[in-house]
Amino acid sequence: MEHESKSPHILSYGFLTGIFAVLMVLTATTIIVSRIELGFMNVVVALSVASAKAALVVFFFMHLKYENWTLKIMVLLAFVLLAICIGFTFFDIGPRT
Amino acid sequence: MTEHKDYAGSKMGMWLFLFTEILLFGGLFLLYSAYLHRYPGEFHEAGKTENLVLGGANTVILIGSSFTVALSITALRLGKIKHCLILLGLTVVLALSFLVNKFFEWSAKFSQGIYPGSEHMKTLPAGENVFNSLYFAMTGLHGLHVIIGSVLLSVVAVFVARGRVNRDDFVILENAGLYWHLVDLIWIFLFPLFYLIA
Repeated sequence: MEHESKSPHILSYGFLTGIFAVLMVLTATTIIVSRIELGFMNVVVALSVASAKAALVVFFFMHLKYENWTLKIMVLLAFVLLAICIGFTFFDIGPRT
Repeated sequence: MTEHKDYAGSKMGMWLFLFTEILLFGGLFLLYSAYLHRYPGEFHEAGKTENLVLGGANTVILIGSSFTVALSITALRLGKIKHCLILLGLTVVLALSFLVNKFFEWSAKFSQGIYPGSEHMKTLPAGENVFNSLYFAMTGLHGLHVIIGSVLLSVVAVFVARGRVNRDDFVILENAGLYWHLVDLIWIFLFPLFYLIA
C-alpha cells in the first residue's frame, strides 16, 4: 500500500521530449488551419486541437495517467461540471437568438 | 519524532485547489462563449487586430516551460540536483519572457486607445468592446497566475538547492509543477479563443 501511493513512476527525458514535440506539431497545425477560411469549422478545429493538447498536458506532464482512480474520477468530474455549466447555458441562449 | 508525510493526500489537495482555478477561469470561458454566440461578426473583426506572431510565440514559450518543469521533476527523482535547478531556472526565464511579450502586446493595444474604460473603446461596436474587455480580463488574470507561478517555482528551487525538497521527498516540486501546468493548460485554450477563432 505504502509503495502504491509513493508514485514510483518516473517519466524519462526522452518520453517527455516526445510529448513536447507532439504539442509543438499540434500548435503549428492549429495556426496553419486557422489561416484557411472554413467558417464555423475553424472554431471546431481550433477547440479540438486545444482539447487534444490539454489532454496531453493533463495525462503526461501532470502525470494523471499514472495516478490512482480516485484522482482520475475527481478530475473527470471537475471537467464534466464545467462542460455542463457551459453546455446547459447554451440550451438557454442558443434558442433565444 | 518524525514528521508526518501524506504524499497522496498532499497531491489530492493540490488538485482540489486546481479545480477551483478551473472553475474560476471556466466562468470567464462561459462569458466568452456566450458573447461569441451573440456577436460572432464583431468578435471576428476585433480578433483580427490580435498579434498572431506574439501569441504564437507565447504559446511555444509556455508549453516549453511546462516541458522544462516536467523534466525538472524527472531530474530531481534521478538525483540530479544540478540539472533540476537549471531546468527550474530555465522555466522562470521562459515565464518572464512570456510576460515581456505580453507587455508589448498590451502596450500596442494601449497606444491604439484600447484599454479598460477608455474613451475609444466606448465608440467601438458593442461586440468589439466586449471582446477587448474579455481579452484584458482573461489574459490579465492569466498573467497574474504566471507571476505567482514563477515566484512559486523560484521558492521551490531554493528548497531543492537547500535539500529540503529532494529525491525522496519531492511532492512540493510536483505540486508547484501541477500549478504551472495549469497555467499552461489555460493558455492552451486562451490562445485559440483570442488569436485563432476570431
